[in-house]
Amino acid sequence: MIPEIGHFALILALGLATIQTVVPLYGFARSRTDCLAVAAPAAIGQFAMLGIAFAALAFAFYGNDFSVAYVAANSNTHLPWFYRIAAVWGAHEGSLLLWMTLLSCWSLAVAAASRTLPREVASCVLAVMGAVSVGFLLFTLFTSNPFTRQFPPPAEGRDLNPLLQDPGLVIHPPMLYMGYVGFCVAFAFAITALLTGRVDSAWTRWTRPWTTAAWVFLTIGVTLGSWWAYNELGWGGWWFWDPVENASFMPWLVGTALIHSLAVTEKRGIFKSWTVLLAISAFALSLLGTFLVRSGVLISVHAFATDPARGVYILAFFAIVIGGSLLLYAIRAPQFEAGTEPVAALSREGLLLLNNIFLVVAAAGVLLGTLYPILADSLGMGRISVGPPYFNKVFIPLTAPLVLLMGAAAVMAWKRTRAEVLRSRLWVPLLIAIGLGVAMPLLTVGAGALAAIAGCVLGCWAIATALEDVVRRCRGRRIMLPRNVLGMALAHVGVGVFVIGISLVSGFGGEHDVRLAPGESASMAGYDFTFLGTRHVDGPNFVAEVGDFVVRKDGEQIAELYPSKRRYNASGQTMTESGIDVGFWRDLYVSLGEPLSGDAWSVRIYHRPFIRWIWGGAFLSAFGGLLALSDKRYRRRARAGKAVARDRPRKTAYA
Amino acid sequence: MTRTRRRRLMLVGGLFVGLAAAVALALTAFSENILYFYQPSEIAAGEVPTHTRFRIGGLVENGSVERDNDDLLVRFTLADCEASVPVQFKGTLPDLFREGQGIVAYGALNESGQFVADEVLAKHDENYMSPDVAEAMKNQQGESCMPTNMQAKR
Repeated sequence: MIPEIGHFALILALGLATIQTVVPLYGFARSRTDCLAVAAPAAIGQFAMLGIAFAALAFAFYGNDFSVAYVAANSNTHLPWFYRIAAVWGAHEGSLLLWMTLLSCWSLAVAAASRTLPREVASCVLAVMGAVSVGFLLFTLFTSNPFTRQFPPPAEGRDLNPLLQDPGLVIHPPMLYMGYVGFCVAFAFAITALLTGRVDSAWTRWTRPWTTAAWVFLTIGVTLGSWWAYNELGWGGWWFWDPVENASFMPWLVGTALIHSLAVTEKRGIFKSWTVLLAISAFALSLLGTFLVRSGVLISVHAFATDPARGVYILAFFAIVIGGSLLLYAIRAPQFEAGTEPVAALSREGLLLLNNIFLVVAAAGVLLGTLYPILADSLGMGRISVGPPYFNKVFIPLTAPLVLLMGAAAVMAWKRTRAEVLRSRLWVPLLIAIGLGVAMPLLTVGAGALAAIAGCVLGCWAIATALEDVVRRCRGRRIMLPRNVLGMALAHVGVGVFVIGISLVSGFGGEHDVRLAPGESASMAGYDFTFLGTRHVDGPNFVAEVGDFVVRKDGEQIAELYPSKRRYNASGQTMTESGIDVGFWRDLYVSLGEPLSGDAWSVRIYHRPFIRWIWGGAFLSAFGGLLALSDKRYRRRARAGKAVARDRPRKTAYA
Repeated sequence: MTRTRRRRLMLVGGLFVGLAAAVALALTAFSENILYFYQPSEIAAGEVPTHTRFRIGGLVENGSVERDNDDLLVRFTLADCEASVPVQFKGTLPDLFREGQGIVAYGALNESGQFVADEVLAKHDENYMSPDVAEAMKNQQGESCMPTNMQAKR
C-alpha cells in the first residue's frame, strides 16, 4: 500500500511540475499575472508530493518491504536501520528520487523567497526548475521507478553494497546532490535573464546567494567523498582522479568560476554573457555528473547500451536541456550590453578574468580525461584508460598560478590598481609566505623537498594575503567588517590550508606493504607498528577478522589500531576497514591485505602528514561561503525589494 | 595603431599563447598517459612492446598462484581463451583476488616476457564482471569461453 502511495505521489508531482512549467511561461508570454501566480503554489504542491514519495520509499526500506524490487536489491534485514534509510540513495533509482526531492526543496526555498523578487522573475525561475523536474520525473517513472513491485517477494534482500556502508555515505550523496541541484537555481536564473533580456546588478544580487549556497553544499559533498574514499577504500589516498570523483569535481570548478564572475558582474556590470554561460555550464556538468555516476555508463558502455530506453532518454534530455539553453543563449545573449571600458590587467576584474580562464580550462582538461575513454570505447576505438598522471600533469600547472593570482587579487582594487600600491601591500605577505613556507616542512616533517616547499610557500601566500586584506580593512574601523568580506577571506585561507595539506602529504607521506606475522613490527617515519595478531568478531550483517596493532614512537606507545577485514553475509563481498590514528599533524593508517601462510598477513602501512589539513581547508572554504551567505546585504536588499531593482552598479572600489 | 588597440592586440596575443600552451600541455600529457588494453593472446602473439605500461585482463589460472614465503611477491598466470601470460606482482592483492577469477592489472612486460604488475584490480562484487575481462574472455568467433559457473553469475 505505502509504495503505491509513493508511486501515486510521484505521478501527481509530475502533473504539478508540468503546471509549474507551462502556466507561468504562458503567463510570461502573455503578461498575465494570474498565470504567473500559479508557479509558487505548484512548487509547494510538488514539494509535498515528492516528500510523500521519498518518505514512502524510506518507509519501505525501514520496514524491509522486499516486494519492492529496489528495496530487495539494496537492503537486508540485518542491515542497521540508519544504513537502511541511507540505502534509499544507494543506487540509481533512489538517487534520482533524492535528486528530485532536493530539487523540490530548492524550488520551495525560491518560492518562499519569491515575495522579494519581481513576480515575473520568480515565476520564470520556478517554471525553469519545474521543467527540469518534469524531465527527471518522466525518466524516473518510465525507466527507473523505485516503487516497482516484484512477486513473489524474496525472503531476504541482497544487501546494500558494502562499500557504501559507511557514515560518510549517509551524508555524502545528499550534500553532493544539494550542490548539483543548487546549480539548477543559478541555471534557472540564467534562463530567466535570457528570457527577460535583463542582466542587471539586481539580477546578480539575487543569483549570488543561491549560487554560493549551492557551492557550499557541493564543496562539503566533494570533501566528504574524498574523506569517505580515504576511510573506506583502504588505499590511504584522498583523491584518485576516478571518473566518479571527476564527475563531482567538474561542476565544482565551473561553479567556483561562476561565483567569481558573478562578483564582477555585480560590481562592474561586465562579463554578463559569460556569467550566464557559466551558470548554464555549471548545471550541465551537474547533470552530467548525476548521470555518469548512477546510470552505469562508467562501469560499462556496453551494459549501458543494452538498456536503450535509459541511454536514449538521457541523451535526449541532455540535448533538450543543454541544446535548448545554448540556443536561447545564442539568440538572446548578444542583447546584453557589453562593457565599454577595457578591463585593466592590474585590477580585480582583470585577475578574476584570469581566475575564470584557469578554472574553466582546468575543468575542460578534467572533462577530456574523463569522457575520452567512454567516447573511444563507444566508437570502437579500443579500450583505453587515462590515469592520474595525466590529471596531475594538466591540473597542477593550471591551479598553481591560480593560487598565486588569488593572493594578488585579494589586495587589488576594482577598475585599476597602481603597481606601487600593490608592491607596498604585497611585500609583507610575500616575506611571511616565503619564511613560513620554507620553515614549515623543515620544522614539522624534518625534511625538505623542492615541490613541497614551493607548495607550502604558495599555501602560506594565500593565507597571508587574505589576512593582510582583513587586517588592513579592520584598521581604524569601529564596526565589524561585513560578513561577505570575512567569508571571502576565510574561503581563501581555506584554499591555503588545503594547498599546504596537499603539498606536505604528497611530498612526505610514506607507504609500505609488508608481510607481518604476530609479534613482528615494521617501522615508518620513526613510528614502529607492531602486529599482535587477529581475532574473530561478528558484526550485525558481517563477520570480521580484526587485527591488533600497537604503534610506538621512541619506545613509547602512542596508539592502538584495529584494522579489519569484513565479509558481508548476504553478498559474500569482502571489505577492508582501515585502522587510523587521526592527528592534527599526521595520520597513521594501517589496513589489512590478505592472510598469508601461518598467521602472517600482508599489511599496508601509511604515514600521512598534514592530511587533515586537506579536508580542514575545504571545510574552512565552505564555512567562508556560509559566512558570506549570512551577510546582511542580501537580506537588506531583499527587504527593499523592487526599489533597488533598477539601481546602477556601485562605483565604490571596495564593498 | 592607437594605444587601446595595441593593448587589445597584446591581450588577445597573450590569451592565444596561454591557450596554446594549455592545449599543448594537455595533449602531451594525454598522449603520454593513455593506457591501452591488451589480452593474453595478443601478448603471446608478440603484438605488445616491452617496457610500455598497459592494462591486461583475463582469468587467474587455477593452481597457478605461488607466493613467496618471506615477502609479498606473488606469481600467477593470466589466461584468455587462447593463451596465458606469467604475471608477477609485489604488494597487497585486492580483496576479491582468487584463482579462477577475472582480474585487470596494470604494468609492463619485461624482456623475458613476464608481465610485471604494479597494480592489480579485481571486480568489486560477485555479480559484476569487468567489461575488460568479459571482452578478453571471448574467442575469435566472439563467444564467451568463460567457465560456465561464472557465466551464470553474470
